[in-house]
Amino acid sequence: MPEIQTIVKTSCYHCGDECLSTEYRADHKQFCCQGCQRVYTILSGAGLSSYYQYNDHPGTTRTRTDKRFDFLSDPAILAELLDYSDDRLSIITLYIPQIHCSSCLWLLEHLHRFNPAIHYSRVDFLKKQLIIRFDPQQISLQEVVELLNDIGYEPLISLQDVIKKQNKSGKSNLVQRIAVAGFCFGNVMLLSFPEYFGLSGYEQTFRHFFGYLNIGFSLPVVFFSGRGYFTSAWHNLKNKVLNIDFPLALGIAVLFIRTVVEILTHSGAGFADTLCGLVFFLLIGKFVQQKTYHHISFERDYRSFFPVAVQVVVEGREKPVALSELKTGHRMVIRHNEIIPADAILLKGEALIDFSFVTGEAIPVTKTLGEIIYAGGRQTGEAIEMEVIKPVSQSYLTQLWNNEAFTRKQDNRMLTFNEKVSKYFTVVLIAIAVGAFLAWLPFSLHKGFDALTAVLIVACPCALALSTPFTMSAALSIFDRNIFYLKNTAVVEQLARVDTLVMDKTGTITTGTGKHIELGADLNANERQLIFSACANSIHPLSRMICKYLGNLEKLPVIKYQEVAGKGIMATVDGHSLLIGSGSLVFGDEPEGQLLTRVHLQCDGRYLGYFGFFHEYRSGMDQIAALSPAYQLYLLSGDQDHERSEMLRFFRDDSHLFFGQTPQQKLDKVVALQQQGLKVMMFGDGLNDSGALKQSDLGVAVTDNVNNFSPGSDAILDGRAFDKLPAFLRFSKDTVTIIHISFLISLTYNVIGLSYAVTGRLSPLVAAVLMPLSTVTIISFTTLATHFTAKRRKLL
Amino acid sequence: MNIIYFLIGCSVLLALIFLGAFFWAQRSGQNDDLYTPGMRILLDDEKKPEDKK
Repeated sequence: MPEIQTIVKTSCYHCGDECLSTEYRADHKQFCCQGCQRVYTILSGAGLSSYYQYNDHPGTTRTRTDKRFDFLSDPAILAELLDYSDDRLSIITLYIPQIHCSSCLWLLEHLHRFNPAIHYSRVDFLKKQLIIRFDPQQISLQEVVELLNDIGYEPLISLQDVIKKQNKSGKSNLVQRIAVAGFCFGNVMLLSFPEYFGLSGYEQTFRHFFGYLNIGFSLPVVFFSGRGYFTSAWHNLKNKVLNIDFPLALGIAVLFIRTVVEILTHSGAGFADTLCGLVFFLLIGKFVQQKTYHHISFERDYRSFFPVAVQVVVEGREKPVALSELKTGHRMVIRHNEIIPADAILLKGEALIDFSFVTGEAIPVTKTLGEIIYAGGRQTGEAIEMEVIKPVSQSYLTQLWNNEAFTRKQDNRMLTFNEKVSKYFTVVLIAIAVGAFLAWLPFSLHKGFDALTAVLIVACPCALALSTPFTMSAALSIFDRNIFYLKNTAVVEQLARVDTLVMDKTGTITTGTGKHIELGADLNANERQLIFSACANSIHPLSRMICKYLGNLEKLPVIKYQEVAGKGIMATVDGHSLLIGSGSLVFGDEPEGQLLTRVHLQCDGRYLGYFGFFHEYRSGMDQIAALSPAYQLYLLSGDQDHERSEMLRFFRDDSHLFFGQTPQQKLDKVVALQQQGLKVMMFGDGLNDSGALKQSDLGVAVTDNVNNFSPGSDAILDGRAFDKLPAFLRFSKDTVTIIHISFLISLTYNVIGLSYAVTGRLSPLVAAVLMPLSTVTIISFTTLATHFTAKRRKLL
Repeated sequence: MNIIYFLIGCSVLLALIFLGAFFWAQRSGQNDDLYTPGMRILLDDEKKPEDKK
């Protein structure tokens, strides 16, 4: 009877991961790895163990701890990274993706306890940023970053951060403009009420006083708050485009001029309150539309994947060199898990490069001395030395970014409904206004002008301008709740128009690890140990997964070891001969199952069983497959076609499957589909998809952790919400319908208003009531309708 | 009724002070991070070493 091993599962005190061994302990607490244990020791040593009181397992796993921050001693890099620096004070803002709970916040704001030279540290939780002020004479930036790394908060310093800092644009002062408009709106309302309720004879002097004050309040509204509409309208007119800003600017201008004229000539009360209210509501609509996700970046490119600097050997010594300084002929040193930033020739060491960033192929590739290795690969194993043959900007990988897809302006992909409608709206509006003017002209010039301005005021498309932003922002927050993050509101309309879905394979429709392991054998403890010892020598992904599955066992001495490429391992461990591998290695023939990759185990000629590897597809692939034929489905994979038969289950049509695609070929395939008139939505996860994502009508980055790097895209989909994709597509269509309906509603209000206006008898009171009423109707209708449809689509 | 002129002057002045205060808060970055302070306040103050026995 096999010995039954009871394994008590314990979780790491620091990170909560399962502890595979009892090797790491401190103060009767279990840790999963040395890294976690070390963080705990540092924290308890500094008297900061309250870190563990706020949350259970606040840390993140520390299994990968081999970062070097030598480059932070280079003054040129330092100068680019620091926000401010003088002799006694340096300020730096660091991006720390690990920030996720109140314990993080607490610990990072107590950095001064580790070193008093750190004066101040502040966390911005949503942006996952840490601002540190420190004394550069007592502690260097490198030491600060190493301290952060030691306590488990490794800042992410990438090339893009350095560049981003340089083109940080001035902040929009929209909030200030709303504040001014709101302030004036409130005051003008107050001053206009007496007019509406009627003023008695002896109060007539107040009428003029209130009027002048109203003009005073309207000035900042028009020239500060509403200025954006005039500049935008003017800009569009110059480009011969009629967008919604033109009738809005016209409305604001007419309201202002008529108000000033009426008050100065004492001929009426003017429309100051309508004017202020209009600008205020419009700006609110703009504000609602500007949803920003601080923790997600949609604009990432290869630069954010690359390090800031690389170690270069100069005169026998290693020196950090900034990537921009890296020149042909430099001899660089790449360590385990570091990314090769430029095309280079391998000079020394055993290179085993993981190109999953570039090609999507998960299995590392061995390279021999003298071979050219392209940028973007990640070295696994020992340190290697390579000679740079092309600077970073001209390497094979970065050439993809020179493609026109990346230089093209992003905004004008598809005309939104609003843009299409406002063109006709403007023309019709001006036609009616001029018509009313001409109709009244024979009777009285004065009446004609009254009618003209009244039409322009009443038909000012305030509700129309608000319907899209409010619907879209409500829709955006629905998507947001379902962990689907859209770059901006226009993406919702693009989503509704898509008719072709193109998918990448690895990481997109398969999960991050890609495979799921199952043991089809009854192994005793000794056999487990034997297999572990043999597999521990291999770097093949399947061997690694077996090792991981078996856990951290003690390694037995391996006497003989041979790895047969593509077949498996033959080894003699502790006196037992083992065969671990494919059917052809173990049995001599190949009865391979379709859905299952098997690794068979044989010990001393006795067959023990097998390890089965399932491909783990994201849940929801079947629902997505059911979207056809309404949507065409395509697969573009960088992998070889060994999964073709399984993919056929989802994609149905063999001609829709493309394997072994380079990044450039993926981009070209998307272009080809677009030329057939299809609206392409591309799903991808890696750098290798970024060209296709950019080119497609709607690029979606699929990721298991939204804080991780994902390629630049229009939307980021959390892998857990993958099965909701059909619902997302239907909901986006509903959203567009809601916009159409709200357009009809606002049009109805316009028609009612116009029937007053063409007669030339528009009282300020009617305008003052009609405008806010239509606005409120639109806002409440869009919000309610969006939530209702979201409920129906089970997204809420 | 001339007191109205004075009262309106006062109310506008007061409102302007509030608007100015809002501008100042906005400029000095008080509204930049509206989330973290809410978490910060839930963290207890450190116990002084003397208290630990």
